[in-house]
Amino acid sequence: MLSSIRLRCSASYGLRSYHLTNMRAFDELRKLEIFFMEETRRGCSVIELYELVQHAGNILPRLYLLCTAGSVYIKTKEAPAKEILKDLVEMCRGIQHPLRGLFLRSYLAQISRDKLPDIGSEYEGDADTVTDAVEFVLLNFTEMNKLWVRMQHQGPARDKERREKERGELRDLVGKNLHVLSQLEGVDLDMYRDTVLPRVLEQIVNCRDEIAQYYLIDCIIQVFPDEYHLQTLDVLLGACPQLQPSVDIMTVLSRLMERLSNYAALNAEVLPYFLQVEAFSKLNNAIGKVIEAQEDMPILSAVTLYSSLLKFTLHVHPDRLDYADQVLGSCVKQLSGKGKINDTRATREIVSLLSAPLEKYNDVVIALKLTNYPLVVEYLDNETKRIMATVIIRSIMKNNTLITTAEKVEALLELIKGLINDLDEPQGLEVDEDDFEEEQNSVARLVHMLYNDDTEEMFKIISILKKHFLTGGPKRLKFTIPPLVVSTLKLIRRLPVEGDNPFGKEASVTATKIFQFLNQIIEALPNVPSPDLAFRLYLQCAEAANKCDEEPIAYEFFTQAYILYEEEISDSKAQVTALQLIIGTLQRMHVFGVENRDTLTHKATGYSAKLLKKPDQCRAVYACSHLFWLEDHETIQDGDRVLLCLKRALKIANSAQQMGSNGQGSAGSVTLFIEILNKYLYFYEKGIPQITVESVESLIQLIKNEESMPSDPYAESLFASTLQFMEFQKQKGGAIGDRYEEIKV
Amino acid sequence: MNFLLGAFKPACNISITFTDGKNRKQVPIKKDNGQIVMNPLFQSQETIAGKIHIDPYQGKKVEHNGVKVELLGQIEMYFDRGNFYDFTSLVRELDVPGEIYERKTYPFEFSSVEMPYETYNGVNVRLRYVLKVTVTRGYAGSIVEYQDFVVRNYVPPPPINNSIKMEVGIEDCLHIEFEYNKSKYHLKDVILGKIYFLLVRIKIKNMDLEIRRRESTGAGANTHVETETLAKFELMDGAPVRGESIPVRVFLTPYDLTPTHTNINNKFSVKYYLNLVLVDEEDRRYFKQQEITLYRLKEETS
Repeated sequence: MLSSIRLRCSASYGLRSYHLTNMRAFDELRKLEIFFMEETRRGCSVIELYELVQHAGNILPRLYLLCTAGSVYIKTKEAPAKEILKDLVEMCRGIQHPLRGLFLRSYLAQISRDKLPDIGSEYEGDADTVTDAVEFVLLNFTEMNKLWVRMQHQGPARDKERREKERGELRDLVGKNLHVLSQLEGVDLDMYRDTVLPRVLEQIVNCRDEIAQYYLIDCIIQVFPDEYHLQTLDVLLGACPQLQPSVDIMTVLSRLMERLSNYAALNAEVLPYFLQVEAFSKLNNAIGKVIEAQEDMPILSAVTLYSSLLKFTLHVHPDRLDYADQVLGSCVKQLSGKGKINDTRATREIVSLLSAPLEKYNDVVIALKLTNYPLVVEYLDNETKRIMATVIIRSIMKNNTLITTAEKVEALLELIKGLINDLDEPQGLEVDEDDFEEEQNSVARLVHMLYNDDTEEMFKIISILKKHFLTGGPKRLKFTIPPLVVSTLKLIRRLPVEGDNPFGKEASVTATKIFQFLNQIIEALPNVPSPDLAFRLYLQCAEAANKCDEEPIAYEFFTQAYILYEEEISDSKAQVTALQLIIGTLQRMHVFGVENRDTLTHKATGYSAKLLKKPDQCRAVYACSHLFWLEDHETIQDGDRVLLCLKRALKIANSAQQMGSNGQGSAGSVTLFIEILNKYLYFYEKGIPQITVESVESLIQLIKNEESMPSDPYAESLFASTLQFMEFQKQKGGAIGDRYEEIKV
Repeated sequence: MNFLLGAFKPACNISITFTDGKNRKQVPIKKDNGQIVMNPLFQSQETIAGKIHIDPYQGKKVEHNGVKVELLGQIEMYFDRGNFYDFTSLVRELDVPGEIYERKTYPFEFSSVEMPYETYNGVNVRLRYVLKVTVTRGYAGSIVEYQDFVVRNYVPPPPINNSIKMEVGIEDCLHIEFEYNKSKYHLKDVILGKIYFLLVRIKIKNMDLEIRRRESTGAGANTHVETETLAKFELMDGAPVRGESIPVRVFLTPYDLTPTHTNINNKFSVKYYLNLVLVDEEDRRYFKQQEITLYRLKEETS
């Protein structure tokens, strides 16, 4: 029987597919074990059997048989399990051939797995046999690892790749031992800390093999409980700097931190332990040491490490912002002297590093407290800085974070400098126009998130914004100035009305001051090719000034707007729109004295008359009529001038009609007439004496005449609805109804 | 029992029986023709006693000039075959000259026989003990009958039994230190030890432990040495690295070993050696041979 097994054994080992044959051999050996077991039941002494198998002259079959017999021996309990195991693991040293040794020892591990003298196991001996069980597994592990590592150095160098692949396939055989250790009941924290971990680490460090170190450290991290890791963090981390420089320690540590942070996240009650063991500072130190030890570690790895550490500390110590800052500080130290980062992956990693606190706290304000944060940003290239800035802004937007103090704003702006400024070095490639617009829009949106109820503080914020925005270059101003102005205007509205200050306190932020400030901002705009914008903003400011009763300022704004209109706005369509705006704004101004107002209105009507196209002229002129009649202000109710305007409008419409009849038809001019009629009605309704019933009636008549000509449906419907309106007003009765009664159609 | 069969039918049949023949342990002995026969086992200082039956054929009478039995210890050199050197010779006269008509039984006894040497069957030499019964006849030639028996001598465990420890090597190539737990082993013993690799610069394929027997015969210029390997036991498979220590555990039971014999009657010596052999990948052999002493320990069970 023995010899037949031996034959089979030795035959199968010659085959190439070692793995497969081994599986088959294991099967055979299992049968053999059963056979042995039966033999012993039949009265064959197991001790003799144990000796007998050792008579085999060839070592490999001998040891397989020995392990099998040993397994039976333990089962019979005729000798303490620990003795037999110790003997087996020692005897297995005879196989120094890596592959064969690995499989033999893996077989040994397999048969011994359920026979370890663990606590609670039926093979547990009298005293402290767990130690023996651990010792056995450790020894087997050590030997297996040695064999595994040795594979690397045997055979020709050109087969290196293939060998590494083979080793990769075999690694689980080695790792299984660690798994067995982790399953032992007897391996409690003390045992783990005092025996298991130091021994395993010693082996890992001493084997000086990249593949083994990487795999096994990872194995330790994965198979043992988090609690153990936490308590032995310094030991585990202490080993890291001693590993080979080529070991991908970053992945390993990242996984460790990931595990620990998950652990902390799932079990809130363990958090005190984290503090107790100073997990953070240990990790931080370890990473520092690792990076120090591995001089030519790529920047990517370092950054990844810091990124994981940061995520860890954010999870575990969300309240300890100083930790996060410390991480960033170390990161800065690491990055310093390396210049800008060119590695795209490293850059991406930094972005994720920087995004982590934002994601965690959902509050950029906290990130702003991290003093090292901007320093890290410094090391990014311009492109990435922009991306980072966008990320920050998006976070602010998403969480509706209000940023309330000037310092924070300053810090924030420093962070997103990439968006606000052209950065120092000119970039070779142009930023995509759409992207640029998108980015700048987001900056614009950001402006509105910077808010403080206190006006003084708010003014400070705005001043800071201005300072930064003005340096942003012409392309950006177009986007950044409007929100700034709007925000400023909002501030103005909130200012206490002057003289209404009950405490008699000298307000440091006065409307005047702000208006001056506004003026400065907007002045920047015409320099860039967006006079339209500046123009509008001036008008807005003027209106605001109006509200604050700041006549000279309002006047000044208007002047600026007019100058812009004259000098910069040349497109006729734009002129029309601009003029409408002027008129609209001016109409609402009540702050001006007669003289100023006259000047401005005069100017406005003048502009209207100078428009290029007749219909435009007409419309502008009749719009001007509103400038002379403000319902609530007695001072500005000049019926003559209103009438004058309307008459002029009619005249222009007339000439437009004539030109039209010469040309393509007069449909447009009828519309004009109807529109003028509407104006007439409006003023008539207001009761301006100069607008007489007759004039209205004659206008209606005129339109009716024109109507007989072929006209466009728009004009028709407009007229119809005008008439309808009149009818409606009539029926409403009252004073207005009476007035309408007078009009006879 | 032996029957002498020849062309000439002997006149009588002689058989030898030992007193405690039924109970005495029998051990296998290989004869010249390769046959294995079982022979009774004795040791020195034992009394060898028994009966000799002389049985004439069918009423033939055997005339003789006397019957005697001799106990002989003989050494036979194979290059000098047939020429026995008797180192022990004891004679008992059983009968005075006369005639034997019918079966006749003679008791004999050699008491406390000094048999210092063990039975040994080697390559070139044989040491045997034999009882020789001679019915002396004048004209027809004597009738002789032989009965072999085996002698084994047990010795107590040696008082001093040092381990063998040695460091050997080839400079800058291979340095090993080996240790066997004893220098003297009994025949059912286990060799324990370990081999420690101090320096390995060659690619070793495997390592064996051989048990070799060295039999030297003759003396002086005629000394003839024959070495045979009795056991080849693989200790290690594959190439070790520096610092490895390989366990040795060899059970001697399965091998056909004898005690060490030193200068047996100035005729021959048998020595045993442990030969540690390392084979490298180019099948070069590196070895170191160490003599061990084997002795026969009294077995508990016998």
